[in-house]
Amino acid sequence: MLGVMPQAREEALRQKPADVGGPRQPMLIVDDLVKHFKLTGGAPGNRPVVRAVDGVSFVVQKGETLGIVGESGCGKSTTARLLMQLVKPDAGVIVLDGEAVDAPHGITIRQLQRAVQMVFQDSYASLNPRMTLEDTIIFGPRAAGKPRVEARNAAHSALRMVGLAPELFARRYPHELSGGQRQRVNIARALAMSPRVLILDEAVSALDKSVEAQVLNLLQDLKESLELTYVFISHDLNVVRYISDRVMVMYLGKVVEVGPVASIYESARHPYTQALLSSRPSMDPKQRRTELPLSGDPPSPISPPSGCRFRTRCALAEAVCAEREPPLADFESGHMAACHAVIPGSGHSLAAKPS
Amino acid sequence: MVSQPYDDGVAVDPAGAPPVVRSRNFWQDVARRLSRDPVTLVCLTILVLILVIALLAPFIAPADPFKTSMVNRLKPPGTPGYLLGTDELGRDLLSRLIYGGRLSLFMGFTPVLVATLIGGGLGILAGFAGGWVNTAIMRTMDVFYAFPSVLLAVAISGALGGGVFNGLLSLTLVFIPSIARVSESVTIQVRTQDFVEAARATGAYPYQILVSHVLKNVTGPIFVYASSLISVSIVIASGLSFLGLGVSPPQAEWGLMLSNLRQSVYVAPINSILPGVMIFVTSLCFNLTSDGFRSAMNVKG
Repeated sequence: MLGVMPQAREEALRQKPADVGGPRQPMLIVDDLVKHFKLTGGAPGNRPVVRAVDGVSFVVQKGETLGIVGESGCGKSTTARLLMQLVKPDAGVIVLDGEAVDAPHGITIRQLQRAVQMVFQDSYASLNPRMTLEDTIIFGPRAAGKPRVEARNAAHSALRMVGLAPELFARRYPHELSGGQRQRVNIARALAMSPRVLILDEAVSALDKSVEAQVLNLLQDLKESLELTYVFISHDLNVVRYISDRVMVMYLGKVVEVGPVASIYESARHPYTQALLSSRPSMDPKQRRTELPLSGDPPSPISPPSGCRFRTRCALAEAVCAEREPPLADFESGHMAACHAVIPGSGHSLAAKPS
Repeated sequence: MVSQPYDDGVAVDPAGAPPVVRSRNFWQDVARRLSRDPVTLVCLTILVLILVIALLAPFIAPADPFKTSMVNRLKPPGTPGYLLGTDELGRDLLSRLIYGGRLSLFMGFTPVLVATLIGGGLGILAGFAGGWVNTAIMRTMDVFYAFPSVLLAVAISGALGGGVFNGLLSLTLVFIPSIARVSESVTIQVRTQDFVEAARATGAYPYQILVSHVLKNVTGPIFVYASSLISVSIVIASGLSFLGLGVSPPQAEWGLMLSNLRQSVYVAPINSILPGVMIFVTSLCFNLTSDGFRSAMNVKG
């Protein structure tokens, strides 16, 4: 099942920006990204802040899919918006293929936004109800300064790439499409910019299961044929397992664990990741869970707990967890976790003693 | 040829050329919905009729609206030669009503049109820019908004003196804040939608987003709101004339006519009511028409 027409693919590859840093240079390097939202109310100068993203660092290699998972409010979507510079970070560095964004000698935010595109969760709200699909898709290339004819061709080939015949769909309006078709139009809109990175923020979460599978397969096809790099944000652990090469787990604005997909799903080290994974419903009635793996809501990101942020809900919490924040420590082959219980010499009773 | 890999696409006939699908656009949809709404259609017809009659007044009016006749004062409707009777100076009431429509409609439309351009512009700017621009514009509007509209119109007209121009000016100033406020809230609603975010993500400049994404979605609601103000404008304009602040005699204007004829309300009640009936019918039709458009365009709120 090949969703991409050969000519459309060739055309898209021809328009692809050059690989600047070579295959070994990571596509994205994110270092210590911070975003605190100021709340209104309270005395000026002493307004409470929501620590939505609080020092997040990660790397996305060329051609890989990084899955980001976590509960609602853990900062997944804010991270995506920071990556796109839709929200300005308070601190932190983003490096796209070896070139720092919005820094001296680096690339501008506009250049970043042309190379990185995003697909949103709500397929209906992310299409202008008053514009035909063609006009919606054309808008990006036109804004980037492409002539009208060229932009139209790019829009039509993008529609073809997502399996929608332009002859049938170009002149339609969003309300005339099904949810799956609309989400494919959103993908086409992103592809028309010839991006190198696609950020998929809960892009399949609102679709029903059969359509979700189609769109996931389409995304896999597109990734291979257009040599794309994905950042795939979702709360659906099975979908993330299916599509990702590496997985990053976030909790209250911080990265708690990151590693290759098999290693995370089979030998999670952080208690939060373990709880998340065991919260998935089991198909085996003998494996029925009787107690909740995690109870309660995460603490408020306005005043997060001291030390380890997960300690208030963690079964393994000890005194050291409240005193010091666990660093993201490297284990084997790129599997990193931030938990005192598994970091040797941390002072936690379960941790290995330093030799 | 395209193989349809996904089942929710429309199948393309592999032999023939695919049909080009062109959908109804937004305005065609609105027209279709309006055509099924008899109340709006009737009101719209009445409005068009009033407008045409007013515009063609010199050709339609049976008599000179300014020609007085001391003998034929306050004749009842149906008097030969005077279809709707005469006013307190013996002028033909039908002709005066026809001519009066010109000024009344003019006083209804113009302030709303000018206020929509100014207030709408300010509101969209405030809503789209946000931050201190929003604060500066909207708080200034709030100052004007604090006064009841009729009181404000009377106060401004009173300060500037009577006359058509000052009447228009005061009405325009009265409508700017409310239109600005509606425009601002509609713009903010549109600005926070995902499709604007998606447009920003393409690296487009703010004015490009404003023109192609925001304006298209805010003009409908603003237009509907403005059209509902026309009736208010006619009523307030008539009120100003009634108080002697708008149009001055002997000009024909419904509000002024009502004001002059009210002294004769016990002598010739029907004659006295007629200008009021015209004001009532016109503003009612404007209100119902704008309501019809509101639902046909699916504007919420």
